[in-house]
Amino acid sequence: MRILALAKRILQQLVRDKRTMALLIFAPILVLTMLHLVFNGDNYLPKIGFVEFPEAVTEQMDLSEVEIKTYEKGEIAKEELNARKIDAYLVFDQNSPSIILEGSDPSVNSAVIKWLQTKLTPMQGIAGGEEIDIHYLHGSSEMSSFDYFGPVLLGFFVFFFVFIIAGVSFIRERTTGTLERLLSTPIRKWEIVIGYVLGFGLFTMVQSTIIAWYAIYVLGMLMEGAFWHVLVIILFLAFTALTLGILISSFAQNELQMIQFIPIVVIPQIFFSGLFHLETISEWVS
Amino acid sequence: MYIVETCVSVQDVSKVFGEQKVLNKISLEIVNGEIFGLLGPSGAGKSTLVKQLAGLDNPTIGDNYVFQQKMPDLNLMKRIGYMAQADGLYEELSARENLEFFAKLYGLRGKRQFERIKEVMEVVALSDHVHKLVSNYSGGMKRRLSLAIALLHEPEMLILDEPTVGIDPVLRKSIWEAFYQLNKQGTTILVTTHVMDEAEKCDRLGLLRDGSLIAVGTPEELKGKSGSVSLEEVFLAYGGV
Ligand SMILES: Nc1ncnc2c1ncn2[C@@H]1O[C@H](COP(=O)(O)OP(=O)(O)O)[C@@H](O)[C@H]1O
Ligand SMILES: [Mg+2]
Repeated sequence: MRILALAKRILQQLVRDKRTMALLIFAPILVLTMLHLVFNGDNYLPKIGFVEFPEAVTEQMDLSEVEIKTYEKGEIAKEELNARKIDAYLVFDQNSPSIILEGSDPSVNSAVIKWLQTKLTPMQGIAGGEEIDIHYLHGSSEMSSFDYFGPVLLGFFVFFFVFIIAGVSFIRERTTGTLERLLSTPIRKWEIVIGYVLGFGLFTMVQSTIIAWYAIYVLGMLMEGAFWHVLVIILFLAFTALTLGILISSFAQNELQMIQFIPIVVIPQIFFSGLFHLETISEWVS
Repeated sequence: MYIVETCVSVQDVSKVFGEQKVLNKISLEIVNGEIFGLLGPSGAGKSTLVKQLAGLDNPTIGDNYVFQQKMPDLNLMKRIGYMAQADGLYEELSARENLEFFAKLYGLRGKRQFERIKEVMEVVALSDHVHKLVSNYSGGMKRRLSLAIALLHEPEMLILDEPTVGIDPVLRKSIWEAFYQLNKQGTTILVTTHVMDEAEKCDRLGLLRDGSLIAVGTPEELKGKSGSVSLEEVFLAYGGV
């Protein structure tokens, strides 16, 4: 009987708390929908450039499941590769084909290589029977999953923690009455926001420098370009998280409710973080 | 005849939260240099009214004037010291750090800041606990620190929302002595309370009930008019109608 009474009370409380209700139902729906959109999208079609390819060969090839562009010169193909207009290009040099991959995304790499193996290798008898040389523009075949997931997680952690801490401390400010006291002083509202951005900005600068430094120099995460570029990007990310945290905190009454916003505000960011191919996202979204 | 200057003028103010009418056509004048008490049971709307006078909220209808100027106004807020019902202290910081933070917001710096902090902590008898973390303070100490912060910038008017809640009678007496002291130096004090014996200490009183101001006058006037001997009876006499 007591158990039933307790269960009933819990249900009543849940029904009263509209936010929790909405969250329990809406958040899983949202996350599942995004998973569906990303993973049930079309298969990725690699975009491959052919450079000075003998027509005799191309005519015999199965060109479904791939987007082909032809180039007269290798340099143009390389430029387009650099600009990520194509994923790879094939060069047919003295009967021995070689392929140059853009290389920074393992899933694209494997899509290209898979296409090569299934569509091109059967014809190698004609092409001369040699193995295909594989080159990488960026990265290499040794680029590990960590190199791929690492930068995303790096950004994500910074975003996540700044969001939570900023949001919670702003809520504290409200619930303990310090915000009211602040507002009764001559300080302006925008000064409060800027003060927050500054305070947390400094904190984040230290935090993200340590994390980025550790990931790149201790864990050996692949980095191309300068370290300070990484920091600048992370800082912008932190500012976004900070201001978003403050904004969202005004919709929450206490710390717990702030946490409740994570599934709808923070987790969806993962899908736009570059971890997944938005090119394969379901048609209607794009 | 002497001219009394009004310090606060509440003109036909009403406040509505959603469907609930919290303040109902309040008109009230507080003159310079008096201790005015806003007396009423919990939920009467005292905090709602004083928050507007401190510039934290706006009336739904009507206007509030402080120092003859319309509230809210950032320049007026510099001349007001507000102590809310909640303590509004940063628990992770020490008393000194709290004081320094708010002193800076009021533009107090350097030697002046140091002196003011020393003075206000003496007023509230916390000089020995300046370096303690606020989280280690007792309820009464927090209340007094909150008062000290409101005094930092030497405001011309003090708005105190239930300043002595949770404070023992001895300390309450010493805090009231501090109020009298400040008052003697010319500070106008607006204090809310739901405790009758505290109301007796005010120069004039406003009785607030369910958002309506049911009577205004000195404690003696109020008692005389309704033929009561205590303020409790006054309240019953007016509230019963
Ligand atoms: N922000 C608000 N939103 C809705 N209702 C409020 C708000 N602030 C106060 N109230 C309501 O106004 C009434 C008066 O509150 P308050 O002014 O705090 O009373 P008092 O300080 O006299 O105890 C209460 O019923 C309270 O629930
Ligand atoms: Mg109150």
